[in-house]
Amino acid sequence: MNYWPLLGIALVVIGFALQFNPLLVVVGAAVATGLLAGLDIVAVVEALGRAFNDNRYISVTWIILPVIGLLERYGLQQRARSLIESVRGATMGKLLVLYLGFRQITAALGMKDIGGHPQAVRPLVAPMAEAAATKSHGALPEAERQKVLAMSAATDNVGLFFGEDIFFAIASILLIQGVFEAAGYPLTPLQLSVWAIPTAICAFLIHGGRILAMDRRMGRLTPPASGEERA
Amino acid sequence: MITYEWLYILAGGFFAVWALLSLRDRRWGNGAFWGLLAASFLFGSHIGDFANGVLVLAMVAIAGLGLLKRSDPPTTTPEERLNFSELFGNRLFLPALIVPLTAVVGTLLYNYTPFGETGLFEARRETLILFGVGVVVALVAAIVWLRPPALAPAEEGRRLLDSIGWAAILPQMLAALGAVFALAGVGEVIGALAGQVIPENSVLVSVIVYCFGMALFTMIMGNAFAAFPVMAAAIGIPLLVEGFDGNPAVIGAVGMLAGFCGTLLTPMAANFNIVPAALLELDDQNGVIRQQVWTAIPLWVCNVAIIYVAGFWLWN
Repeated sequence: MNYWPLLGIALVVIGFALQFNPLLVVVGAAVATGLLAGLDIVAVVEALGRAFNDNRYISVTWIILPVIGLLERYGLQQRARSLIESVRGATMGKLLVLYLGFRQITAALGMKDIGGHPQAVRPLVAPMAEAAATKSHGALPEAERQKVLAMSAATDNVGLFFGEDIFFAIASILLIQGVFEAAGYPLTPLQLSVWAIPTAICAFLIHGGRILAMDRRMGRLTPPASGEERA
Repeated sequence: MITYEWLYILAGGFFAVWALLSLRDRRWGNGAFWGLLAASFLFGSHIGDFANGVLVLAMVAIAGLGLLKRSDPPTTTPEERLNFSELFGNRLFLPALIVPLTAVVGTLLYNYTPFGETGLFEARRETLILFGVGVVVALVAAIVWLRPPALAPAEEGRRLLDSIGWAAILPQMLAALGAVFALAGVGEVIGALAGQVIPENSVLVSVIVYCFGMALFTMIMGNAFAAFPVMAAAIGIPLLVEGFDGNPAVIGAVGMLAGFCGTLLTPMAANFNIVPAALLELDDQNGVIRQQVWTAIPLWVCNVAIIYVAGFWLWN
């Protein structure tokens, strides 16, 4: 058996790990794999061209950008902000759990750019979480304060990652479809995206539970005695 | 019958407009890149495999040379946006909701009512075609409602597209890589190897190895998309789907999510893990990752369990 085509897999891993331009890495790996499998260079270029052409539907999803961009022009981000701000006064735990759910649901509906670190976490979610924690637990030791900020960013990531795949017209779902179709298993986007729901529920329960546990643990830390702080 | 070809002409039109606006803005690299993508959509079905391959190489060369730049088309100021957001309120979400609603409701109607007997859409393609319909409806609704300047929808789209840059075609390119792997027989080679390594053909061990590989490769590469064609070609398809008769939809979808657990754990995914630590001025560069560890690990275990139960038990 010819084991050389496996080198293509190694090339992808190494290329990404070394942070070369990912498009160069992918095409380099594709060409190397084809050549090592015994195809000549023209056949490799043809195979790459056909494969790219057959998977055009994955990039069709970008046609949604004018809709999102237009809504942003008229204040979509600002509206999302004031929705988040409307829970001011909630405890830190409740605030972040609500944000987690908000992020998962909007991402599942295809609005994955509604949150994000520069747009929402840094200006809004993290300061609100910090203020809420200070309000319930008094001034926080610096290490605890930083944990609240880090947890806010973590909540944004978890909400995005485990919400977005429920939306069928997203690159990751269509990539799965493309890879399986090329291997002879035609699937539809909805068939795939419904299977993101169980994991989304698990993510909400696990991460939401951890947020509430963190809030309770901070309650036990106070009154402010930095000596009690645990790593 | 409406096929993907219609969708490609629609998308080709969008990318052609973005290419022209880039040229007008004297961003030649962007103009060439989006122009080539437009050509792929509009003419890809007619120019043959070799021409398509050359087109791909040209796009990669433009991206690899760093000729793709961000753009800043004219838009509203933050103050104007705040005023608009107060004026329009939560109704701003409605046009965005048209898109998933059209696609999901349309798909359900098409599959479970006599509407499907019309044979209006190409088989198995209805959801994405209806997504295209939803986008057009949402765009028209937003334009009628908000009355923006004529070029604003295209320019706002270009602003977002250029902030994504070459990454916009990375998933498509990775799917193409998966197809080349399949053509080169990578799956068979690994399937044969794995058959020797995995003890007693255990389904559970194979699922664990698959999910572990997704998470591990994602951590090394910083990108679950890149890990997916690799692990699908290596274990997902040859072993789990073909060897053990698993449910391909579960193995594909949940395998990707096992990779996302790896994204939570790696500094290589800088945009998600390192950039926010800097934005929030944390002392520990890995502070965000530390808060994610005990979500990622139990969730990864959940994914293994979901694949094992739904992909094999319930399936067979």
